[in-house]
Amino acid sequence: MTGIAEKPLTRNMRPDGSALDLPAYQKAGGYQAIRRILNGGMTPKAVTEEVKAANLRGRGGAGFPTGLKWSFVPVGKDAPNPTYMVVNADEMEPGTFKDRLLLERDPHQVIEGAIIAAFAIEADFSYIFLRGEYTLAAERIARAIAESYERNYLGKNILGSGFSLDLHLHVSGGRYICGDETGLLNALEGKRANPRAKPPFPVVVGLFGKPTVVNNVETLSCVPHIIDHGAPWFRDLGRGKDAGTKLYGVSGKVKRPGLWELPMGTTAREILEEHAGGMKDGVKFRGLLPGGSSTPFIVEQHLDTPMNFTEMPKAGSRLGTGTMIVLDDHTCPVGMTWNMMRFFGRESCGFCTPCWSGLGWVERILKSMEDGQGKPGDLERLASQANMWNPGNTFCALAPGAADPLQTALKYFRDDFERHIRQHRCPWR
Amino acid sequence: MLTAEEINEIEQEAVHYPRRDAVSIDALKIVQRHRGWVSDESLNDIAGHLGMSATDLDSIATFYNLIFRRPVGRHVITFCDSVSCWIMGCENIREHLQERLGIGLGETTPDNRFTLLPTVCLGCCDHAPAMMVGGDLHSDLDPVKVDRELEKYK
Repeated sequence: MTGIAEKPLTRNMRPDGSALDLPAYQKAGGYQAIRRILNGGMTPKAVTEEVKAANLRGRGGAGFPTGLKWSFVPVGKDAPNPTYMVVNADEMEPGTFKDRLLLERDPHQVIEGAIIAAFAIEADFSYIFLRGEYTLAAERIARAIAESYERNYLGKNILGSGFSLDLHLHVSGGRYICGDETGLLNALEGKRANPRAKPPFPVVVGLFGKPTVVNNVETLSCVPHIIDHGAPWFRDLGRGKDAGTKLYGVSGKVKRPGLWELPMGTTAREILEEHAGGMKDGVKFRGLLPGGSSTPFIVEQHLDTPMNFTEMPKAGSRLGTGTMIVLDDHTCPVGMTWNMMRFFGRESCGFCTPCWSGLGWVERILKSMEDGQGKPGDLERLASQANMWNPGNTFCALAPGAADPLQTALKYFRDDFERHIRQHRCPWR
Repeated sequence: MLTAEEINEIEQEAVHYPRRDAVSIDALKIVQRHRGWVSDESLNDIAGHLGMSATDLDSIATFYNLIFRRPVGRHVITFCDSVSCWIMGCENIREHLQERLGIGLGETTPDNRFTLLPTVCLGCCDHAPAMMVGGDLHSDLDPVKVDRELEKYK
């Protein structure tokens, strides 16, 4: 393929920051995929098989194979109905700012992805669940949905195909936990966003008790391109063992914080040094969280690991959302960990005891260390709490997500924690 | 009493959901958009309109941080205090805001102009520190820029 095709998600975006409207999206090749499908080019099963063959994995952070998720939805005349397709646009993972770009700059790409996904799972209704603070995205998505209805890419009997789909934008009332897929479904039902116990999984018992697929914005944005160019093309975009491109971001004290669409599997070192320009003058790299606050720290020795779902576990971490947060030598690792534990504690839905109780305790221990009140045994107490957050002890991934940075901070920056206790102060203050 | 306009907006949302109570969060937000916050009276009226108990609706209203069950100022400042903004110095921004406005977190200025609230990551990490005033995002903040931006909100 030509070089220009290597950034399928972002290459049509306008440099002035405005959104592609429907005519511009179509001119760039948009809505060709759904046209081809609905003209009889592909059955729902064929679409799912193509996405499976492309090895598309969920860009929300978990990396679950998208086509496989779709294939679990019961279809056929005995299947429960209606079936729902939900777009998770509740981007709230600290350090993550990738879906904002896709929503604000190319809303039709997300919408076309949702229509194709809905066709594949034979859904009747679709919702975009958008966080309340993304006001510009809300405006642009709402306008794009209206444009799509006008051109009959949405609504009854789409393009004369017999396939109908309604798509509605729900703007959230807030809270991080809505990003958990079952918490999100409860919020869409107008309830508190407490995550649900699984199984049953949403693909079988989801929104209003009906089969539901929840997919992330970036995941769905890949789908039209997979249909347009085929699974082998998509697989070849990736550099390591995973497929496609990825929106990688860097925040923290680097020369050029930002967001770039790069081959999936680009190394952290390349992203950090070539794209983000390396560390700011006068500060040194100490470690990074590869994909948001819920991913384990990696350090210098791991920087050449391909940043993808398959290979990051070798470095003891996860890809997560692919937007990394960099820790430098002028920033206190204990303070940084305290900040994240405060976040998780504040955003716990309050349902599972290891989460709501443990996070508050851990936050207070870390705060006391920062204030020079750390005690011998604190590190053991922190480690034992983190063990209580192992998967299986809570309904959702919030507490396990908190354990990851805490456990790895204790591992890689242990000296710094011990210095806080020994010196009765934060050495950075 | 809900106004005809509020009821109309709630009903327009309700057509998109199979159950009336599913629209509860939208209804709270609609009333808040008109009145600034959700009072006990508004809560009772919305609950009645949707056929829910006021207790159920209050458990929902108090769960979501963008729904205000207490009066707020004309402009709500939500400043990000999550990790990327923390690394980039959001504690200084918080101190500056508190000093300038003379209020603590969760409080409203006596002239009712601003309410100050912390919030989780605003998805603006490459331009940290960041805050929102109402629906507007402000990024790459320093104390001088904070002062300049706040002047725009009367």
